[in-house]
Amino acid sequence: MVYLAAAIVFVPLAKKMGLGAVLGYLIAGIIIGPSLLGFIGREGEDIMHFAEFGVVMMLFLIGIELEPALLWRLRSSILGLGGLQVIISAAAIAGIAYLVGQPINTSLALGMILSLSSTAIVLQTLNEKGWMGTSAGQSAFSVLLFQDIAVIPMLAIFPLLAGNAAADAAPHSASLRDNLPGWAQTLVVLGAVAIIIIAGRYLVRPLMRIIARTRVRELFTATALLMVVGIAVLMNLVGLSSALGAFLGGVVLANSEYRHELESDIEPFKGLLLGLFFIAVGASIDFRLIMEQPWLIMGLVVGIMALKGIVLLLLGKIFRLSTDQNLLFAFALADIGEFAFVLLSFTSQTRLMSKEMTAMITAVVAISMALTPLIMLLYEKVIQPYYTRSEVKAEREADEINEKNPVIIAGFGRFGSMTGRFLRANGINATILDLDSDRVDALHNLGIKVYYGDASRYDLLVAAGAKDAKMLIIATDHAEQTLEIVRMAQRYFPHLQLLVRAENNEDTFELMDLGVLHIYRETVDTSLRVGVDALRMLGGRAYRSERAARTFFRQDERTLKGLSALRDDKKQYISSMKERIDEMEKLISSDRVKTWLDEGQGWDPESLRDEIRGEKIDEE
Amino acid sequence: MARVLINFAHPALEKSRVHSQLLRVVKNIPGITFNDLYEQYHDLDVDVAREQKLLEQHDIIFMQHPFYWYSAPAIVKQWIDLVLEHGWAYGHTGKALQGKYFSNIITAGGAEQSYQPDGHHGHTVHEFLLPFIQTAKLCNMHYAAPFVIYGVHRQDISDIQEDTVQLKQVLERLRDDKFDLTPLPGLENLRQILQLPAQTR
Repeated sequence: MVYLAAAIVFVPLAKKMGLGAVLGYLIAGIIIGPSLLGFIGREGEDIMHFAEFGVVMMLFLIGIELEPALLWRLRSSILGLGGLQVIISAAAIAGIAYLVGQPINTSLALGMILSLSSTAIVLQTLNEKGWMGTSAGQSAFSVLLFQDIAVIPMLAIFPLLAGNAAADAAPHSASLRDNLPGWAQTLVVLGAVAIIIIAGRYLVRPLMRIIARTRVRELFTATALLMVVGIAVLMNLVGLSSALGAFLGGVVLANSEYRHELESDIEPFKGLLLGLFFIAVGASIDFRLIMEQPWLIMGLVVGIMALKGIVLLLLGKIFRLSTDQNLLFAFALADIGEFAFVLLSFTSQTRLMSKEMTAMITAVVAISMALTPLIMLLYEKVIQPYYTRSEVKAEREADEINEKNPVIIAGFGRFGSMTGRFLRANGINATILDLDSDRVDALHNLGIKVYYGDASRYDLLVAAGAKDAKMLIIATDHAEQTLEIVRMAQRYFPHLQLLVRAENNEDTFELMDLGVLHIYRETVDTSLRVGVDALRMLGGRAYRSERAARTFFRQDERTLKGLSALRDDKKQYISSMKERIDEMEKLISSDRVKTWLDEGQGWDPESLRDEIRGEKIDEE
Repeated sequence: MARVLINFAHPALEKSRVHSQLLRVVKNIPGITFNDLYEQYHDLDVDVAREQKLLEQHDIIFMQHPFYWYSAPAIVKQWIDLVLEHGWAYGHTGKALQGKYFSNIITAGGAEQSYQPDGHHGHTVHEFLLPFIQTAKLCNMHYAAPFVIYGVHRQDISDIQEDTVQLKQVLERLRDDKFDLTPLPGLENLRQILQLPAQTR
């Protein structure tokens, strides 16, 4: 209960402060942990074992989301970037550890453990900030993926590394392979992996089919849980990490038709347990240890992160990321990941490391994880604006030579690029602003003048010539950013015509509230074109179908405007939405009598026919 | 090479009784090219090159349409504006259409007697068709007599069927290479060729 209460208090707080949920869990853990308030005592470690199951489930889900096709598409950055990152970082850390007098096996284990980054924290943060689509985000994702996979061989290698050390260790768990030599242990491990793959391929699908046929949803959830638990138990039996097994199980099931079903069943358990896991991590930070050797621990944290950061920066350069993207890439991945805990518990089981050292590294890992969201915050607030400003300054000089363009386009993704290309084809030059620096560079190489930067910034709009331009086309991906640009433009450049892309009806309403006149809902035209083609393929006349779509579109826009006017009162909105749907239903059902879609009454001879029929009767 | 081309224009065919009947037959006469303008150009963007090529390939060109407001649906005007280019259809070098026959296949709401100087509409259909006649002339074509179906709002199924059969017969005669076209401009209504003795050149 203490855990849940702590989570409820701290996670929203952390989110509010822009730190992200992960950091919230960690802080909650630190505060209720034995070091501070002491609500939870030593049982924290037990909780941690329990909560590790959250990690198991996370890996299962990561596995299930890993489509082979996606892997194949990213293969060069996964293998190249990811592989090099893990190998170089691991080698560098291991080398330093060896130099300061650690035995070679321990050094290697340390290197491997510390080379990993935190998938949970990094992906979560990248998603929150909307950086996933940037090239740095993609690269980071690739590296994380490779790391997730690299855990498997690492777990398999550790028993070999521990070979000597484990010999004199008393058997601590009833594992099948205790009395086997090192090579046989590895063989057992591989055998278990094979079992999972084969079972996943040939056993699970028929089983799922039977379960699905019963149509009892709880049964499905139970099966999914049973599957994960079963894998975990099997893995424990052979003395392997259950997380690894779950990951494998997930990958095997990635192409199964029950994939989404499984995902949604496991997801809530994972979220809860992972939160618990993070709290446990926070609680496990031993502040007494840190107080005893503050400089050593902080030094280790800073040193390792700096080392990893440098390796990442070098790799980013080799793989041609632009400077600011490269910095984001390095900042994101410089931390040490949650896998480290898994691996650490494994090393302490196999007695690769001493208890004190494990405790110390745990603290280091936890601190570095806690620092990650802070570092990303630093990047967002300090480094990104710096690059935005400096690039614009450099561009502005070039701009003075050229004439000012009448059109500014903010956002040159799949939406804005189409508009921009169309205008260009018609001889209209536009100044283009975009937030993806790599795309900016690529367009530069094609001879298209593009500014890197956030169009909601006043100075950037000035530099782009907003004072003399006639219109601003806002085609950015994120609704919030769009709204910011609109507000900025309305306040400082009221003469600009605004043509704004909206993603859905909700965005449209907000733009209407801001008084934007020209709003373009992004998929409306396409879906109506589909409708037109469908009508035609069903035998409708081309011209009539086209007109019907245009009429429908106008009607829809009218409805939307009407709804927008009523929207301030939420209740009224809902009831009126319902009324509109009722109205629409009535209209549609009246189609056959006199179609509301048809405004071509001039072409309808029916009334003339009626009149003439009337004359005929008169004559008779 | 097909001899007869029909450029058909109706913006609301689903509401038409006569044209939908006519089409069923006209479309399927072998050796006649049927070109549905509204279906082809629902956005009114006429493909000039395609249309000119079609014109070059035929000797007798019909515009088939309802007689909206003593004229034709909008796309027919669009078609004339864009396809009959200066230097191609008319002007010193515009000889592409020279010697071809041009005419209309028309459905009119009013009865035949209403299209008289003393009738409801005050003029004959021929008089109303003056822009088409002069257009043909300017493009070095002969304007043949139009095929007019009067009083379509009063027609019942059997009337429509009769007209359909007649149009089919007319088109089949024209399609036949042996048929002499020279008397066509002198006729009042194209269906009169059915009364002419079967003639050969």
